[in-house]
Amino acid sequence: MAAEVVMRVWRGDSSGGAFAEYRLPAQEGEVVLDVVHRIQATQAGDLACRWNCKAGKCGSCSAEINGTPRLMCMTRMDQLPEGPVTVAPMRTFPIIRDLVTDVSFNFEVAKQVPPFAPPPRPEGGYRMAQVDIERGQEFCKCIECFMCQDVCHVIRDHEENKAHYAGPRFFIRFAELEMHPLDTNDRRELLRQREGLGLCNITKCCTEVCPEHIKITDNAIIPLKERVVDAAYDPVAWLGRTILRRRKASPNEAAAHGR
Amino acid sequence: MAEYETHDYDVIVSGAGGAGLRAAIEAKSRGLRTALICKSLLGKAHTVMAEGGIAAAMGNVYPEDNWQVHFRDTMRGGKMLNNWRMAQLHAQEAPERVQELEAWGALFDRTADGRILQRDFGGHRYARLAHVGDRTGLEMIRTLQQRAVALDVAVFMECKILRLLSDADGVISGAVGYWRATGDMVVFSAKAVVLATGGVGKSWKYTSNSWECTGDGHAMALWAGADLIDMECVQFHPTGMVWPLSVRGILVTEGVRGDGGVLRNAEGRRFMFDYVADMFREETADSEEEADRWYADHSAGRRPPELLPRDEVARAINTEVKAGRGSPHGGVFLDIASRRSPEYIRRRLPSMYHQFMELAGVDITAEPMEVGPTCHYMMGGVRVDAETGAATVPGLFVCGEAAGGMHGSNRLGGNSLSDLLVFGYRAGMGASDYAEGRTGTPAPNQAEIEHTVAEALAPFERDDGENPYELHHRLQDTMQDLVGIIRTGDELDQALERLDELVFLAGKVKVTGGRAYNPAWNLATDLPAMLTVSRCVTLGARDRRESRGGHTREDYPNADPEFGKVNLVQRQPSGGGMAEEIKIGPEPIPEMPPELAALFEEGH
Ligand SMILES: Cc1cc2nc3c(=O)[nH]c(=O)nc-3n(C[C@H](O)[C@H](O)[C@H](O)COP(=O)(O)OP(=O)(O)OC[C@H]3O[C@@H](n4cnc5c(N)ncnc54)[C@H](O)[C@@H]3O)c2cc1C
Ligand code: SF4
Ligand code: SF4
Ligand code: FES
Repeated sequence: MAAEVVMRVWRGDSSGGAFAEYRLPAQEGEVVLDVVHRIQATQAGDLACRWNCKAGKCGSCSAEINGTPRLMCMTRMDQLPEGPVTVAPMRTFPIIRDLVTDVSFNFEVAKQVPPFAPPPRPEGGYRMAQVDIERGQEFCKCIECFMCQDVCHVIRDHEENKAHYAGPRFFIRFAELEMHPLDTNDRRELLRQREGLGLCNITKCCTEVCPEHIKITDNAIIPLKERVVDAAYDPVAWLGRTILRRRKASPNEAAAHGR
Repeated sequence: MAEYETHDYDVIVSGAGGAGLRAAIEAKSRGLRTALICKSLLGKAHTVMAEGGIAAAMGNVYPEDNWQVHFRDTMRGGKMLNNWRMAQLHAQEAPERVQELEAWGALFDRTADGRILQRDFGGHRYARLAHVGDRTGLEMIRTLQQRAVALDVAVFMECKILRLLSDADGVISGAVGYWRATGDMVVFSAKAVVLATGGVGKSWKYTSNSWECTGDGHAMALWAGADLIDMECVQFHPTGMVWPLSVRGILVTEGVRGDGGVLRNAEGRRFMFDYVADMFREETADSEEEADRWYADHSAGRRPPELLPRDEVARAINTEVKAGRGSPHGGVFLDIASRRSPEYIRRRLPSMYHQFMELAGVDITAEPMEVGPTCHYMMGGVRVDAETGAATVPGLFVCGEAAGGMHGSNRLGGNSLSDLLVFGYRAGMGASDYAEGRTGTPAPNQAEIEHTVAEALAPFERDDGENPYELHHRLQDTMQDLVGIIRTGDELDQALERLDELVFLAGKVKVTGGRAYNPAWNLATDLPAMLTVSRCVTLGARDRRESRGGHTREDYPNADPEFGKVNLVQRQPSGGGMAEEIKIGPEPIPEMPPELAALFEEGH
């Protein structure tokens, strides 16, 4: 273990900023968030960052560490390459200050999702089989870290798309509802027209960064495209359908899926 | 004059954990103008971290289960200090509240016949916890959050409330706070205020709690004239991570033990068999074989001692470590690897698996975990009316971890999430009724606003002063060392002295930088609540000269039946603030009606 850690943290606000370098004695077993906290306590009291649980459960502490979106509380210093570590805010969202971004875009999209609509509850409660809810349960693991939103090129490089694009986090929310055994709402037209499902060209960048290892593209987006768009107009959906058909061929595999 | 924006609502709810969300949903469904205010982003409250499950006697796995058994378990777990009426309502209404969550979209794990699956937890006679793997809190908060959004509740995120405001007659009429993003001040006027601000753990060094758990609601209620009860009753969860140091305190769910994990000391002994108190002897296994039979079939043996209530297990671990039989990093071993298959462990405890793998480099399917006690839950809180959540000052309602009474001197696992739902709903109703019945426009006291704003901004004005982080660390050391799991009179007196000094220093905090998203300033504004609550905990611990539940006195190691009949009530009669006088005294706990008392005699 090196005796010293060097961290370059982006400091600034909506009017601009730059990386500031901090040097601290190294400590065993630390994660990036620990170092940020020590910087706050000893060198820069006003260094802004979000966090809550410090255990990868709340999705508050997303940042771009050495250029890749990660949770600061789950990234161990000793697993990063030797040398200075850079920590920057998520790029897709407007800066509030330092590592804190304005993620209100996501909360606005959440309002557009038509809610769960089950039939009236029968005497003794609803009955659902475990196998029928497992797909949905995979999507419920989402901790709303918004790193998939951050990395999705449809909005990362195109601010203008935000007006008509929900993004991967909300595609899995739609998928969760669509696959809920009790739901009766139909959200397909909305997905196609308002939420921009067609803009996604399944690059899978979102799946790669998801800290909950949700198979966003394979298990949510492709099946949604399949449901929503006529194959003749969307080659990606056609591809999805073939993948899905192959998978459906093996019931064992389908049952084992989505633990 | 202070500058601030103003908002007017019928009901404002401070806190967006399970309790606050449920209360806001109720008020909004009643058609009231409702605002939900929280220090973090929506969906990040401490509730999101809850792992094991929601206790509700639905009887899906053991049809013998019913509200009476749940009620009895809860009271016995709390060492009979609980408000019996709260414990009764909780046991009766929890199943309906859980089913309601399902109707709002929650996807609980299922039984073979398609009903909600329930798991075993400490202190619960039957498998009773509705759950989703080990991320039940996430499912609960997301479901409630989505429900609140669908109902169009107004949400004020990253907005910290500093103080409650009353009108000329002393009726609570609003609150004052600030936006964290800008540092701009906000004043809310409201016909009723609900506090659901959660716990207090951030005053200890090793805690499972998030930064938000600074006891703001406890302190604000006290400052506003409300009574607090049982503040000495703090739960130390037996199993927190102990290594690496930077993650010390992070929770290891009790579900590990419910699913078959056992505790061993450095000699490999399942030491919990040596720590079965008389009260639990009759229902606890006395051999490993018997305990192991129980997991598969609860009628084939009695319960393993690892599943005794938390206070018992935490004290046992503490004793083992002190006796030199601990693990290398000062805990004990929690072993599920040698008892369950890797597939089973990964399916039942996925986030524990990842937590240990990623943070400690330990594969829990192959090696034991090292665990030790961590500050976890505040049983004490604002004294409330069981039916409505009304505090002892008019216009104020409190629910969730900020309210006291429900759990007595020790909470059972799973009884918090159910508490949030049952009493979040009831406080939402109580506040709505009150708001509907209130006449006239609430008129918050102007002087209170001016005073609060000036006090909050003072750290920017000072040329020289204390570093808030430094004070926070000193507070954590004080509470960890002197007001921890085992307490003595001398140490508590020392703690009170140190707290007085810290209160003095907290009046001289200085911060640099601007008001926009400045964590040093945010912490500075959390310190008055943390210090107030720490004083209450220490005073209560000093005056309760017995050991009961989460409160253990080395110099009074036994439960005293006289203390078992009283709550220690604290209030600030001559002005609210971290430095003001706190009055403390015993008051009788409400007496249980005979038909409920009978449940404890029949040897159920
Ligand atoms: C790791 C862990 C696991 C747990 N597992 C379980 C379990 O399996 N089962 C169980 O029953 N219990 C469990 N618990 C306990 C349970 O999670 C908590 O007791 C419960 O979530 C508290 O909920 P709450 O609604 O009262 O407050 P919280 O969820 O703590 O929410 C508090 C809210 O108040 C807001 N707030 C606080 N102060 C202010 C202020 N000044 N101004 C504005 N807003 C403010 C916060 O922003 C937050 O939104 C667990 C706890 C932990 C830490
Ligand atoms: S797969 Fe689609 S949603 Fe995911 S990052 Fe690529 S374009 Fe965005
Ligand atoms: S889907 Fe994964 S990456 Fe996206 S917000 Fe949820 S947890 Fe984060
Ligand atoms: S702090 Fe909660 S995910 Fe990092």
